[in-house]
Amino acid sequence: MSCQKVSEFLDAYVDKELDVISSLEFERHLAECVACRAKYDQYRQIQDSTKSRLRYFRAPEEFEQRLRAHLRPPERYQSSNIRREWFPKWRPWAMAAGVVAVLLFTALLLQIARRPSPSDMLAQQVVSSHIRSLLANHLSDVVSSDQHTVKPWFSGKLDFAPAVKDLSSQGFPLAGGRLDYLDNRPVAALVYKRRQHTINLFLWPSPILDSGPRTLTIRGYNVVHWTHSHMAYWAVSDVNAPELNQFAHDLQD
Amino acid sequence: MSHHGWNNRPDDEVRKDKYESFETTVLPYLNSAYNLARWLTRNEHDAEDIVQEAFLRALRSFDTFTVGRDARAWLLTIVRNSCRTWHRQNRSHETTVEWDVDSQPTSATWSDPEAMLIKNADSHLIGQAMEQLPIEYREILVLRELEELSYKEIAQIVGVPLGTVMSRLSRARKELYIRLCQQTGEMGR
Repeated sequence: MSCQKVSEFLDAYVDKELDVISSLEFERHLAECVACRAKYDQYRQIQDSTKSRLRYFRAPEEFEQRLRAHLRPPERYQSSNIRREWFPKWRPWAMAAGVVAVLLFTALLLQIARRPSPSDMLAQQVVSSHIRSLLANHLSDVVSSDQHTVKPWFSGKLDFAPAVKDLSSQGFPLAGGRLDYLDNRPVAALVYKRRQHTINLFLWPSPILDSGPRTLTIRGYNVVHWTHSHMAYWAVSDVNAPELNQFAHDLQD
Repeated sequence: MSHHGWNNRPDDEVRKDKYESFETTVLPYLNSAYNLARWLTRNEHDAEDIVQEAFLRALRSFDTFTVGRDARAWLLTIVRNSCRTWHRQNRSHETTVEWDVDSQPTSATWSDPEAMLIKNADSHLIGQAMEQLPIEYREILVLRELEELSYKEIAQIVGVPLGTVMSRLSRARKELYIRLCQQTGEMGR
C-alpha cells in the first residue's frame, strides 16, 4: 500500500471500517514507513481527544416527561375492558358535544337573564326622563299650581286627558306640567314638589286595567309604578321611598 | 392486558400494544434523537420541537418498523429528515456559504504545535467550531463520533453511498480540526 493510499484510508482505519485485507496492508505499511506511522499516531490522538470532548446533549428531564405525556395514548386505551366498554369511541365526542351544548344554553340563559325586562327598560327610561327634566331646566311647559290651568293645557296636545290632582294639602303641591316622550309615545308629565324635591309623575294610557304599586330604586332614584283605569302611572323622585309611596297613595285616593 | 373478553375493541388493543412496544423499543433512544436535533438546530428550543415532531411521526409510522431492525437508526433517520424539513422552512438559520461537502479530501498533515492546539481544545471550543460547520458535516460527525454508528448505518440514515460517507467524514473532521486551530489564535494549515 502506498503512502497516498494510507492517508486516504486513515479515517476508515481509525473507524475500523476497512475490510480485513486492506487493514492488513495498512498495518504492514505503518510497520515499514516511519512518516506514515507518525502521521497515524498524531491523527489518532487528535481524533480521540476531539471525540471525547464533543458534547453529548442529553434530553432535559422535563422535556422527556412532557414528550412521554404527549405520546401516551388516552387513558381509555390503557384501562380495563370494563372501563373501555363504558367509554366507547364516540363517548368523548358526545361528551364534548354535551359540554358545548350546556355552555351554549347557559350563555343563552345568562343573556336572557341579563336582558332587562320591558318594564325595567321602561323604568330606566322614566328615570332618564326625570333626570333630563331637571338637567335641561325644562321641568314645566305650563307653570301653575292650579290643576284647572294644567289640565286644559294638555288638551289638544295629547290623545288622552290626564287626571290632574292637587295634593298641596297633603304636602305635594303641584308645580306644573309638560309633554314628554316615553314608551314610544307622547305622555303627560306632571310636576309636583315635596319641600325642595321634585316629583315627576308620568302618565299615559295602558292596556292594563289595574295593577298594584310597584316600588323600585334606579340609580338612586325611587320609582313607584301602578296602573289605574287603563292609565299607567310612573312617579319618580329623589324623595325617600315612604314619602313617594305616600304620594302615590294620596294620588289614587 | 389481563382479560380477553368477547367485548374487546380490537383497534384499542392494537393501539395499546403498539404504544407499549414503541415505548420499549424507540423511546429509549430519546437522548440520541435529542442530541442529533440539538447539534443540527444549534438550540434547545428547536431541538425539542423537532424531537417531539419526530417521535409523533415515528409513532404514527411504527407499523412500518419491522421488529429486529435497529430502532435507533430508524429513529435517527426520522429525526434527521425532520431537521431537514425544519431547515428548509428556516433557511436563514443555516450557513449560506456553498460547500462542496463531498470533495475529495486532501491529506491532512498537522505541525506539532497545531496538533497540540487541536488536542488541547476544550468542549466549549469544539462546540463553537462544530457550529460553524455545514449541516452535512455536523450530522456525520454526530452520527460517527457520538453515536458511533457504522459507515453502513450512517449511509442509510443520511441516504448517501458508503464511499460518500467515508470521504465526507474525512472532510468533516479535517474542517473541524482546521477551525480548532484557527479559534485558538494560530492559523490553521
